[in-house]
Order: sequence, then C-alpha cells, then structure tokens
Amino acid sequence: MDMEAMYQEVILDHYRDPHGRGLREPHQAEVLHVNPTCGDEITLRVNLGDGADPVIEDVSYWSQGCSISQASASILFDEVSGKTVSEAFGTLDTFVELMHSKGQGAADEDVLGDLVAFEGVSKFPARVKCALLSWMALKDAISQARPDLGVPIDGAPPAGSSDTQQSTQPTTMEGIPR
Amino acid sequence: MTSFDVAAVQRDFPILRRSVRDGKRLVYLDSGATSQTPTQVLDAERAFVETSNAAVHRGAHQLAEEATEAYETARGTIADFVGAQANDLVFTRNATEGINLVAYAFLNATLKAANAAVLPPGGERFILSPGDEVVITEMEHHANLVPWQELAAKTGVKLKWFGLTDAGRLDLSNINELITERTKIVSFVHQSNILGTINPVSDLVQRAKQVGALTLLDACQSVPHMPVDVQSLGVDLLTWSGHKMLGPTGIGCLWGRSEVLAAMPPFISGGSMIATVTMAESTFAAPPQRFEAGVPMLSQAVGLAAAADYLSDLGMAAVAEHEADLTAQTLAGLAQIPGVRVIGPTDMSDRGGAVSFVVDGIHPHDVGQILDSHGVAVRVGHHCAWPTCRRYGVPATTRASFSVYNDESDVAALMEGIRSAQRFFGTSPALAQSGSSR
Repeated sequence: MDMEAMYQEVILDHYRDPHGRGLREPHQAEVLHVNPTCGDEITLRVNLGDGADPVIEDVSYWSQGCSISQASASILFDEVSGKTVSEAFGTLDTFVELMHSKGQGAADEDVLGDLVAFEGVSKFPARVKCALLSWMALKDAISQARPDLGVPIDGAPPAGSSDTQQSTQPTTMEGIPR
Repeated sequence: MTSFDVAAVQRDFPILRRSVRDGKRLVYLDSGATSQTPTQVLDAERAFVETSNAAVHRGAHQLAEEATEAYETARGTIADFVGAQANDLVFTRNATEGINLVAYAFLNATLKAANAAVLPPGGERFILSPGDEVVITEMEHHANLVPWQELAAKTGVKLKWFGLTDAGRLDLSNINELITERTKIVSFVHQSNILGTINPVSDLVQRAKQVGALTLLDACQSVPHMPVDVQSLGVDLLTWSGHKMLGPTGIGCLWGRSEVLAAMPPFISGGSMIATVTMAESTFAAPPQRFEAGVPMLSQAVGLAAAADYLSDLGMAAVAEHEADLTAQTLAGLAQIPGVRVIGPTDMSDRGGAVSFVVDGIHPHDVGQILDSHGVAVRVGHHCAWPTCRRYGVPATTRASFSVYNDESDVAALMEGIRSAQRFFGTSPALAQSGSSR
C-alpha cells in the first residue's frame, strides 16, 4: 500500500502549516461540526457580502483532527475565500463527487486546485468524512447566514453539536441520523 | 512462559491466513472491538442450521424439539462459563441491549407504578422517586452512559459518576458521597475498553450493598479475557457480548440474580415472553423467557456456546496469562519509543489487554492508516468513550487489543508500524506543536 499516494506532499504541507486558521470577526454564522466516529471537530465562521450570489468575504475556523481533515480545511480557506457562494458550491460539489469516487474519479485541477491531492484519499471510505468535514460545515454555515439562498441540507451528514459544549450557535440537526 | 500453544490456536482461525493491503500478513489487534471466529464456532453454527433449525419453544415436531434442546443447552454452557445458573441468563442482542434492558426496567417500573399497573414481586426496588440516583464512572463505554442519560431525561433521576485519576484508575476517594442511600444502581465497567483498567469490583459492591443499591457490571472486556465468576464478583447483574469472545455477532448475555431478574418488568414485549394473553391484558413468563420476546437468536446461541467451550478448553487462566504477557510486552515496547504516551495504567496490576496510546504530532487516524498499510489492524478514535478521552485531554487515541490468537510477532509489528508512522510524518518536537494535538 502506497502511503505517499494518499498522503501527498501538498496535504502534509497544509497539515503542518494550515492557511487561514483561527476564528475571526466579523461573522454572520458559526457552526460546529464533529465527526462522531473519531472526534474530529471544526468550528467554522463565514462572513458574506450582499446580493443574490454573495462573495465569501471571510471563512475562519478552529479545528482539531487528522491530517486529512486539517489539510482539507486549510485548502477550503484558499479555494473559497473571495469567491461567490455559487462558485464555492461548484467546487464543493466537484469535491464531494471526487471523494465518493472510490479512487476512480478524474480530478479536475482547474476546479479543485490543491484538492486534487485528495484523489488517493477517496480509496479509503473511512477517511472520506475527514476530507469533507470542513466542507459540510461551510455549507451549513452559509445556509445559516443566508437562509434565503435555499441551500439544501444533504450530502454526508455532519454531526451535530449535541455532544460538545463548544458551540455558540447550535448546528442544524435536521436530517441527521441518530 | 506458559504451556499456551498459540500456534495451534492460530490454526483454528481461518481469517488469519488471509493477507491485507497488497499481501501483508494480517496482524489483528482490534479484538476489543470484535474478535475473530474459530472454525469450531462456525462448525457448530453450521451443524445446527443444517440439522436442527426450527423456532424454539413452540411447535410439536422433532426439529422444534431439537432446536429447543440445542438453544437451552447452549444457555447452560454459557451460564456455566461464568459460574451462573442457566435460568439466570438472558440472551440479548448484545451488551448494549443488556444495559438498556436494566435501564428500561427502572423506567417501566416507574411508569407502571404511576399508572397503578401490576409489577412483578419485588418490582418496587425499580421504581424511581425524585431525588433517586444512578452512579456510573467516567470510563464507561457510551453503552453504559447514554442509556442512563436517557433514563435521567425521562424520569429526573440524578446521574452521578466516579472521576478518574491521572494514572487511569477510578478515583474512589469520594465513594461514600457518590454512592448514597438515594442510589438505586451502580453500573460500571469491569475492564475499561479504552484504558485497560480493571476496576476494584469488590469496593464498589461493598458500598452499594451498604446502601441497598443494585450493581450492574459491564463485562464485555473481561469475560473474553479472564476467569469471571458471577458469584465471587458479588454483583447483581452482569452483561457482555458474544462477538468479543470469539462468538457470533447479534448475541449477548445479561446475567442477574434470580430475585433481581424476577423483580424486573419486561423490556421488549410480544410473543414468547407471556404467561397468559387476553384482549385486555397479559401476564408474563418467568425469567429468562420474560426478556426474550420473539424468536430468539438460535445458531448464534449455539455458536456462542461453542466459543465458551473453546475458551474453557484453553483455560481462562491460561488465556489471561497469555494476554498479560502480550500486554506487558506492548507497554514495554511503547515505553521505548520517544513521543509515545500510553493513556491508561502503565503498570500491569489490575490491567487488561486494551492498550491506548497517542503519538506526538501524528493524529490517531493517521497512525491507524500507516499501521493499516503494514497490515496492522487497530482501532482509532474515541472508542465510544468520548468523555474518557476528554478527561485525558486527547481527542482520540490509537488502541491495540489482544486475544488468544495474538503472539509476540504481532506486538513487534505494532512497534515497527508506529516507528514507520513517525518516519513517514517526520515527527519532531516542532512538528508536534503544529500538529493536531491541542
């Protein structure tokens, strides 16, 4: 088993030196998402501009977890900061598709940027949730900041905040299996 | 060394002959989650299904007779394995269900009493009143925590717990304040699935008896690994699962003292658990049938009995000694690797074979991934004991756990795998700070 294929250098670089880490003001929504199988967690804030397709002016986070979830959060910061919500969701959808490809997906670097490094991770079902943790938190935070955008709650269900005391604004619990 | 012939044991487990991850030898160190199954258990299940399969306790035909005989013989064998009488042993789906069965006995007795419904003789000791208490510990598996939280949410009973010492032991310094006249039950783990700690059962039982509280022991990590005798332990109730003791999934056991089981109202109701039924109401069978509604697990019971026989043939004292050797080797090996810290007791007194550890600068998920690439199967995460992780300030751990088929080469493979992970991630003190640990 080739671990270098999974832990590509770009993933390890983001893990060792995460981008955009730390919780910042101002923010319109804050969510806490947890991977209940391993205890990885992320608190994520968004600050959005105005309009029908607002710009993500800032996304800030505090997280703890494995190299995969940490690197994914760091790359999320790089990929969505300054983008519009629809652009960010385009990246997210492509990334979700890649992560569910069981190693068969062809990653599009134009859309995914550094996220293409996660192609090898998709071969390991237990790690897919690690890779998607921050992205599901982003989706949730945007839907809370701008309920009028009608963001659907779907995809890999995030864990709620019920098992921790760190949430300042409880994560939406609808549709989360017990 | 003991006369324990681990090579002969290994030959009984077909799964050990497969390879994983591109031809690596399977080094299975996750028996604390579920154990592997010997041929003898598979043969027993297959023989039952091929020759005697029928619904038990009903039917007038020969197969039904044989199936009932096999099922009840299995109950006797398994009861004998823990020094119990057959009629005091209830088959459940797993230990989680065993604990829920007891928690629901409290809920159901309380609800029925409020509705002036009939309780079994002695059932009043399961009725909860305002101010009553349930006592657990901070090292419980979620299976022995969440059901009591649920009971508290429904009834208002107060949930209290023993804290833990830095050395991974129960802090008994406030035992008299925790277990009081208001305590209805003390429910605690025999061997912690995350720390490996073996708890001082007699201390807790003694105090519980003083105040008239019941005791329930979660024996999931002890029955498969050491001699367990329900009489000498002195507890009132004891539960464990079959799949951690070389048996099938889908079956567990709840043992209780006759008078305690007899006092408990049923949990799941329906067929097979009744005495009489009219359109308006029903009366219930005596234990253990009262707690076995519906057609029960048949081949699983037969398989679990075969697992008990298998372990009895090895001798549980020899099993315990074999696993203690491996545990001691593991603790010694981990102590030799810089940057590795054991979460739980590091001495062998009152310590079982679940060994949790953290590696500086490498998250347990990543440790587990590298170990997996070497064929070494471990558990990573919070081990369904999230509060215990929090107590020790770690989000998760890597856990190695042993069974009868493990040997010294497995311990060596674990150590090499950890060193390999450290090489792969290039961990250094600087990296440890920028890594995932808080």
